[in-house]
Amino acid sequence: MNATPQAAVAKTETTAAAGDARSMTGPTTLTAQRSSLWSRYGWILGRLASGVLTLFLVSIIIFAATMLLPGDIARIILGRDATQASIEALTIELGLDQPLIVQYLDWLRGAVTLDFGNSLVSRAVVTDAMLPRLLNTLGLVGMVSLVSIPLALAIGVSGAIRADRHWDRFVNGASIVIAALPEFVIGLLLTILLATGLMRVLPAVVIVPPGASPFSAPLTLVLPVATLVIVSLPYLIRQTRASLIDTLTSEYITMAELKGLPERIIVIRHALRNSLIPSIHASALTVAFMIGGTIIIEYLFNFPGMGLALIEAVATRDLPVIQFIVMIFAAGYVILNLIADILTVFVTPKLRTR
Amino acid sequence: MTAIPDTSTASVFIAPPTRSRVRRWLADTRTIIGLGFLAVVLLIVAFGPLLAPHSITEFLAPPFSPPSAEFLLGTDYMGQDVLSRTLNGGWTVVWMSATSATLGVAVGAVLGMLAGYSRGFLDEVIMRLSDVALALPTMVLTLLFVAMLGRSLPLIVLLIGLAHAPSVARVVRGVTVDVAGREFVESAQAIGAGRLRILLRQILPNVTGPIMVEYGLRTVWSVVAIASLSVIGQGVAPPQADWGLMVNENRVGITVQPWGVIAPLLLIAMFAVAMNLLAEGVDRALQVGREGGNQ
Repeated sequence: MNATPQAAVAKTETTAAAGDARSMTGPTTLTAQRSSLWSRYGWILGRLASGVLTLFLVSIIIFAATMLLPGDIARIILGRDATQASIEALTIELGLDQPLIVQYLDWLRGAVTLDFGNSLVSRAVVTDAMLPRLLNTLGLVGMVSLVSIPLALAIGVSGAIRADRHWDRFVNGASIVIAALPEFVIGLLLTILLATGLMRVLPAVVIVPPGASPFSAPLTLVLPVATLVIVSLPYLIRQTRASLIDTLTSEYITMAELKGLPERIIVIRHALRNSLIPSIHASALTVAFMIGGTIIIEYLFNFPGMGLALIEAVATRDLPVIQFIVMIFAAGYVILNLIADILTVFVTPKLRTR
Repeated sequence: MTAIPDTSTASVFIAPPTRSRVRRWLADTRTIIGLGFLAVVLLIVAFGPLLAPHSITEFLAPPFSPPSAEFLLGTDYMGQDVLSRTLNGGWTVVWMSATSATLGVAVGAVLGMLAGYSRGFLDEVIMRLSDVALALPTMVLTLLFVAMLGRSLPLIVLLIGLAHAPSVARVVRGVTVDVAGREFVESAQAIGAGRLRILLRQILPNVTGPIMVEYGLRTVWSVVAIASLSVIGQGVAPPQADWGLMVNENRVGITVQPWGVIAPLLLIAMFAVAMNLLAEGVDRALQVGREGGNQ
């Protein structure tokens, strides 16, 4: 595979698929130029540094948002009936009398060591209280990814091979519609179809006793998982399809056709390998978007995850919980991208063979 | 990201929206469907309040009454008329999403053109900010600030608009880099045209196509974010009539009276799908004739 043209790898399709990621470009243009073992790790380190910088900027935004909170944080924590003395004591205890930069560094040190303090509502340690929620969301996202990523790749490939035939046109049209629909529209339409009226085959919400895992009642998971699968399909389908079509029109594929290789061999042995490389990043972005989508889905189906916890914390102004969840969401995005970067570097044949 | 890949320009065909392209856009079935959906939504927003048969805040019948001759879509969780609230409930989501998309595209286009033409420092800033914008989904960012500053519609519009700006800037920057390398820009530079003049007279006309596509897509994302905020109870506040809020209010009665959810749901969907179809159509119309074509 040494003869792989760079263009096939480097091209990142930006179809007008509705998605924040349409301007995202894969890292392959960078990797193509640096191919020694050292620079491969150096490049990953660079991406790691870039991810850390992103998280640092996110932490500044979170802290700045907290500073915008009108009124006295100590008073908000203690409630309306607190005495002046206790408010002053808490102000000193929380370091709120310190300069902003000191407060920020204190907070950042806590964030880095995963110490976000105690929930203002339940008084529990935030990290402990949120861990089961985090695991639930990870479980949900994991289940959805296992279904939706292979499914999207298969649909994308099938569309590209038979571009502009009926099936491809149908998938394209459906993608445009689904990509525009808010998560709650799809979730509620599925609920109306399958959990109400004539077909009451599924429960409309996740009902588990407090403390029990939502995964102990598999039937209740069908609707949230199905909704997230549908929501997450269009972007990856379009990226996969566009990338494979790009590859199929490149010179080395024409060469293979001229040699008289059967189409099946061309697609499987030659085109797919290259064209699926950008799909690694698209998959990571799909999962990252899913994390954002879980907020609405968890609310709709009463799924006890991070998204529902965020909505509850916003309603009660539970600052440490909000800060923790926002930070974790951002970290999830950075980590997913890093994994995609590493995978991309290791499966790009140009890089592997030198 | 250590360097800025220019691949974003690879598939954006740069062309001003000429008359023939507009005609091609209008000849597309999907554009017609999009315009039709948009017309329905805008007509409801404009004339719905005049046609509403009942008050939007009055208790008229038992909650979640099924559709009847008097209440064509039944009543909602407070016994209010679903049809009247639906006819009144479009204005908030339409003005909020249009304003935030306009804000995001305006700020993003200016930054993107400046960065694409001048390169350098601004480039780096935009790449950083768009990384942050991707790491902090619009909903998360908005919820963070709404939690601190309280529920406020202008605040939501501002936040969603600003959240769009870096990604728009990134797209516009990519196209600008491409345009800036063309002969007509070089000849304008050669006759001593100033930076502002080149940006307005040479660059802007050639990036309007991609900006229009972005505007449509950003409207879609604004609708999604704004309606979603109301659905989780952090957007428009009761007793106002709003499609997203109606979904939130009537969701508990979905098994007995689904119309309180279905009616607003379909209109939100029509609005978002319409804008996506129109944006897609513009993109296709611009790409026809480009080398390799639009498959």
